[in-house]
Amino acid sequence: MIEDLILAKYNYWIYVTLMMIGFYAVIAKKNLVKKVIGLNIFSTAIFLFYISIGDVIGGTEPIYIHGEHVVYVNPIPHVLILTGIVVSVSITAVALALIIKIYEEFGTIEEDQILELQS
Amino acid sequence: MIFDNAPALVVIFPLIAAITVPIIGYYNKRLIPYYVTLVIFCSFIFSISNLRTVMQTGSISYTMGGWEPPFGIEYAIDYLNGFVSIVVIFIIFIVSIYAKKSVEQELPGRTINFYTVFLLLTAGLQGLIVTGDLFNVYVFLEISSIAAYALVSVGKSRDALMASMNYLIIGTVSASFILLGIGYLYMVTGTLNMADLADRLPLAFDERPKVVLAAFAFFLVGFSIKVGLFPLHTWMPDAYSLAPSAVSAMLASTFTKVAAYVMIRVMFTIFKPDFIISTVHAHTILAWLAAIAIIAGSVLAIAQTDFKRMLAYSSVSQIGYIILGVALMNQIAMTGGVIHIMNHGIMKAALFMVAGAIIYKTGIRNINDFKGIGKTMPYTSAAFTLVALSMIGIPPTVGFVSKWYLALGAIEAGMWVFVGVIMLSSLLNIVYFWRVFENMYFYRAEGGKVDEVPLSMLLPILILAALTFLLGVLALYPLKEIMAPMVQIILPG
Repeated sequence: MIEDLILAKYNYWIYVTLMMIGFYAVIAKKNLVKKVIGLNIFSTAIFLFYISIGDVIGGTEPIYIHGEHVVYVNPIPHVLILTGIVVSVSITAVALALIIKIYEEFGTIEEDQILELQS
Repeated sequence: MIFDNAPALVVIFPLIAAITVPIIGYYNKRLIPYYVTLVIFCSFIFSISNLRTVMQTGSISYTMGGWEPPFGIEYAIDYLNGFVSIVVIFIIFIVSIYAKKSVEQELPGRTINFYTVFLLLTAGLQGLIVTGDLFNVYVFLEISSIAAYALVSVGKSRDALMASMNYLIIGTVSASFILLGIGYLYMVTGTLNMADLADRLPLAFDERPKVVLAAFAFFLVGFSIKVGLFPLHTWMPDAYSLAPSAVSAMLASTFTKVAAYVMIRVMFTIFKPDFIISTVHAHTILAWLAAIAIIAGSVLAIAQTDFKRMLAYSSVSQIGYIILGVALMNQIAMTGGVIHIMNHGIMKAALFMVAGAIIYKTGIRNINDFKGIGKTMPYTSAAFTLVALSMIGIPPTVGFVSKWYLALGAIEAGMWVFVGVIMLSSLLNIVYFWRVFENMYFYRAEGGKVDEVPLSMLLPILILAALTFLLGVLALYPLKEIMAPMVQIILPG
């Protein structure tokens, strides 16, 4: 029972755990940089999920060799996640640029202090 | 023929132009606004050509690089997205005319950057509408979202930075949920093409129901955040009220509408109405959430004194109308919901433009300081009055058309309580727009001299205000020629 539920699917458990760690950081941390780190953990967890659904037991790398029929892993989720990584990098860049501007304007990157300055 | 490639060109035109804007700006800065308006006009022409093709020969399936649909990326256009595409690009076209003067004042020296990101947002939204591939939806969603975060952050007040940061965090979480939903569907079906997914999903649901249910839940939550459905609307008031005027007009009237369209697409083309009604009962939950959004948005709008913030909360309530039309699950309500995408787009763009015009001329945002503006800015105030009456739902304006269809749809579904909700919301609309009328017209002005905004800002407002009236009178044409076949496709029976 436990083997079926946890050990056989440990990759999915890792993804769920990481995702919740990232989600916790996004919600609970006051520091904006820590929030962005949380977002990155969150999206990395999703990348791990995509990569593990592409796996085929006993598969090799997906390179087509003429005349040979081999079992290979599904390359499409991996390619999709390359796009996902690019998107994640761009969002991190925009977020960090925003944080720099926020620091210039408010002199702090702690959310509760900024809220005090706003009112 | 160039029009054979129109489905791709509606996206590619603004995308390529976004890259060329800095090059042109390097030589001559003053050309950029005209160049951008011209590019968006071309994209508008291609959109019209797409809908014409759909009306003459049926749905378009455009393949990229010669790869046949289930394998390659497909752009699929039918009545629904052909219609939304025209509405969105038309509003962006009007906003781009309006933006010239407004941006000159609010973002001096940053026009090149502004128009580059503006065109990227246009390309992202158009791509989101025409694509027939689920992963493409995610990519275009992120392109347009990143552009939107950047545009919100350049607002005048420093609070705009925090508004943009909050928008970014919430928006990224919602896009991640959508990405997860796509992953779950890919896991059980092995395809990303929407039409192919729809074919394979019933079998996949029989084999692994839990995965499909989880995917549906992820999509619902993800899109609800992007649409700004009531309890998940928190990013919206800050982002819309603190962004530059042109950006508020554009985001409020296009982005949430496009997100609503994608939500309809995922719910009705991929998951099918049967699945929603008999398996997950999502329509009941959505309808009640929409009803709460309609009432709560209006009540919160009454509590605001900042004009733009009031309009943003009014958006929360108007989004409720669209979702209510979708969630009632019958053809009449669906017609009301989809036509409200157009109607609300036009009305909200006009209202935010009026807000921007008043800020441009006087710098006033607080409604209580509007005294005498009816005298000094007569055309803007008249346009505002017409559009606000349409928001309330006075016949024969467009606001009446969508409310009429929604009410009929609620009766058809046997849910009389929603008719009451629509009535109550119209009353609340009167309350919060009346304060503005009162301050505009019923107080004596000090100066009293006519001091209007420049023509390039006034004309877009007047065109949109005229459209709220004209499209209300001539509503029969789009209803008969576009809405009827569209509803037949997405909600047969």
